[in-house]
Amino acid sequence: MSTPILEMQHITKEFPGVKALNDVSFRVAAGEIHCLVGENGAGKSTLMKVLSGVYPHGSYSGDILFNGQAQKFSGIRDSEKAGIAIIYQELALVPEMTVFENIFLGNEIHNGFTVDWNETIKRATEMLTKVHLDVNPEMKIKDLGVGKQQLIEIAKALSKHVQLLILDEPTAALNETDSENLLDLLRGLKDHGVTCILISHKLKEVISIADSVTVLRDGKTICTLDAHQGEVSEAVLIKHMVGREIDNIYPPRQRMASEEILLEVRNWSAYDPNLGRNVLKEISFNVKKGEIIGFAGLMGSGRTELAKSIFGNPGGYHIQGEMYLRGVQQNFSHPQQAISAGVAYVTEDRKGNGLILIQDVKQNITLANLRAISERGVVDSNAEVKVANEYKTSLNIKTPTVEQTVGNLSGGNQQKVSVAKWLFVKPDLLILDEPTRGIDVGAKYEIYTIMTRLVEQGLSIIMISSELPEILGMSDRVYIVSSGKITGELPAGEATQEKIMHLATN
Amino acid sequence: MSFFRNAQKLLRQNIREYGMYIALFVIMAIFTYTTEGVFISPRNISNLFNQTGYIAILAVGMTLVIVIRHIDLSVGFLAGFLGAVAATALVFWKLPLIVVIVLVLLLGILAGLITSFPVAQLKIPSFVASLAAMLIYRGALVLATIKTGTIVIPDPIFNAIGNGYIPDLPILADFLPNIHKLTLLIGLLAVILFVISEISSRRKKQAYNFEVLSMDMFILKLVFVSALVGGITWVLAGYNGISWTLVIVLVVVALYHFITTQTVLGRHIYAIGGNPEAAELSGISVKNLTYIVFGSMGLLTALSGILFTSRLQSATTTAGTLFELDAIAAAYVGGVSAAGGVGKVTGSIIGALVMMSLTSGMNLMGIDISLQYIVRGAVLVAAVVFDVTTRTSSK
Repeated sequence: MSTPILEMQHITKEFPGVKALNDVSFRVAAGEIHCLVGENGAGKSTLMKVLSGVYPHGSYSGDILFNGQAQKFSGIRDSEKAGIAIIYQELALVPEMTVFENIFLGNEIHNGFTVDWNETIKRATEMLTKVHLDVNPEMKIKDLGVGKQQLIEIAKALSKHVQLLILDEPTAALNETDSENLLDLLRGLKDHGVTCILISHKLKEVISIADSVTVLRDGKTICTLDAHQGEVSEAVLIKHMVGREIDNIYPPRQRMASEEILLEVRNWSAYDPNLGRNVLKEISFNVKKGEIIGFAGLMGSGRTELAKSIFGNPGGYHIQGEMYLRGVQQNFSHPQQAISAGVAYVTEDRKGNGLILIQDVKQNITLANLRAISERGVVDSNAEVKVANEYKTSLNIKTPTVEQTVGNLSGGNQQKVSVAKWLFVKPDLLILDEPTRGIDVGAKYEIYTIMTRLVEQGLSIIMISSELPEILGMSDRVYIVSSGKITGELPAGEATQEKIMHLATN
Repeated sequence: MSFFRNAQKLLRQNIREYGMYIALFVIMAIFTYTTEGVFISPRNISNLFNQTGYIAILAVGMTLVIVIRHIDLSVGFLAGFLGAVAATALVFWKLPLIVVIVLVLLLGILAGLITSFPVAQLKIPSFVASLAAMLIYRGALVLATIKTGTIVIPDPIFNAIGNGYIPDLPILADFLPNIHKLTLLIGLLAVILFVISEISSRRKKQAYNFEVLSMDMFILKLVFVSALVGGITWVLAGYNGISWTLVIVLVVVALYHFITTQTVLGRHIYAIGGNPEAAELSGISVKNLTYIVFGSMGLLTALSGILFTSRLQSATTTAGTLFELDAIAAAYVGGVSAAGGVGKVTGSIIGALVMMSLTSGMNLMGIDISLQYIVRGAVLVAAVVFDVTTRTSSK
């Protein structure tokens, strides 16, 4: 156990203005599952990019020893050749290609100039068996769910005879069953001698699987804990990650049981012409003033589609059904109309369709309501800076100035910018789609506090989340969505994880 | 010592933005040397600006098109066709000049909207849609000039747009007889306005504790730009003064610079370029803005067509050939990113000036046209490589 397969010594990596890694040392024993935890912006991903050669040798200082030999990777190809594979949160598969093509992509089995497809399919099938995935290798990637795609990524790594497998938040987009499968698979790989580094924000997962845990904070190694010595618990990890104890994960709040109905949706169905099927079927629900409504369900159950269909239908679904806002029937045909009526939607994918990463903080915050700070179409740049600074303070957005490019901020701070942008449209109804995905414990608590403050001010919130503890901790009422239908409604007092999972898998 | 260190630091941080200006300066210096000063002569500089005019106008419109991640290949022949329409309306229909100009500008907007219809409505790639439009406008141009061949325009006012100069102040006729006084006055006003606006913007930024240039660098910038504007004004004033073409280009650039940097419309355009889905979800209609951007492209194409036709004092069957590629090249040289969301109108103007300086300088040197194309191609690729490498290394 004690022979290290990997030693990273005194790694320092600087970006203009930021020391992302400051003298980090990291040691992984052969054949273990080593978890890497830390807040967003702590330097986990940067460290892994140094290791895998994304940041080539020479762009950082320090040494990397792999199997006892000093390594100078100048690109991913080098690290792969040495036996290191990294699987990112954003999957690197080609959707239009088949499973077997993807598994051997860039590593094709060939006879001279031509690809040996028969051998490829045979080997791909073997790899799929290794990861316990029962799919036809000739299926296209786009027809598979995220959970299966994740396993195919692992199969791809295994096909390259990997010794050290790095997974960056592999379960962030997975439901509980798929997550459990994935963790089981990692345990199986360990028995076959594959060493594994797992980056995760889900501490329960970390505790259940880790042999040892390294905590990073602010670009420094805080400690490495040995799980077999009983050193690892959720409280201990959180303490090391944030440098302080967190007593309550959810802020306390007064439940404001108003009877006034803000939004009512009846018999709401949506047909997606691109998929050629109904994504929502006969959905009815309501939201009262000052309520937090949780929408629970598995990935792909139709929660995001529901949010989009209410919010001006940018997906171009064919919609049937009625929607009433403050008792008045509404038919939004563009997000602009929904925004004017007081509805705001913080998307689940802040990088993909939430923020404009190449623009700065203030431009992102004001984008959806530029008219409020402009006169006759001309933007008042002073007012803009003032507004942005107000949100920077009130939401505690950590950025040197509001002129910082959003792409340079950490995930949690990007999420706060997203929330700020939608608060600036002064909504009555705020739809939050996976508001805490991929952000760290400290930032999560801040997002929850903001939500609490908002409902106390009379806003209503719809929170879509795959994290059951969050649904239970924050919601006044929970609707459970499964296969485009609402399969249940539970008041906060009656909801339990078991009940919700039962209804969600109905 | 710290002055040079500051200057070096400033240059390194803004190498991408200043690179273009430096390149333009170097190109001009080289040609001045190789042509023994003919290149920098008032007459040649004045000509250079007039020749750049119609491409510069197209490059301004193209900047916005590329910023929203599209391209418009139809503008060259559309400019030629609309020029022919202007000529026909003046010569054969005998419409009044002002009516002709308004008519052609409106036709330009309409043509831009038609080109963008499949793009905005059906999400057809603009490359394909504008390629089709290019063929159609080329056919239309040939059709419009087929009976008459070249249409010669006798209207002196129309021809002054591309060839004339602004009048001088009559009251000062005896003072500095060989210098264009109004040009000097305008140059002086421009320098004063520039200095005042820079100082007030610096004060505003300081009030918000934003990072500003250090004092010595700030003064250096003021002196440098003032000297540049002053120098150009002096050179132009020594010839015929400011041409109407230059006036039109300056007005268009000022207007588009204002729209892109100060208005809600401009913000929305750059938001769409940065992330179309996020923009749509922020309540911005991508469809409507696609129409607006292509409509503006059509308007500027019409203006460019008028300038070119007026400059030649006639409409020809081949007018507008390859203008679109010159405009696109100018935008890329000027730092507009093909990935969308990045690029300045002023940059594209400098880009157009760089490309036209190359042509003009090489013409003066008597370099063969074949070699000219090769050099311009090399400069284009060098500019884009420079842009991309400085962009990635600054991250």
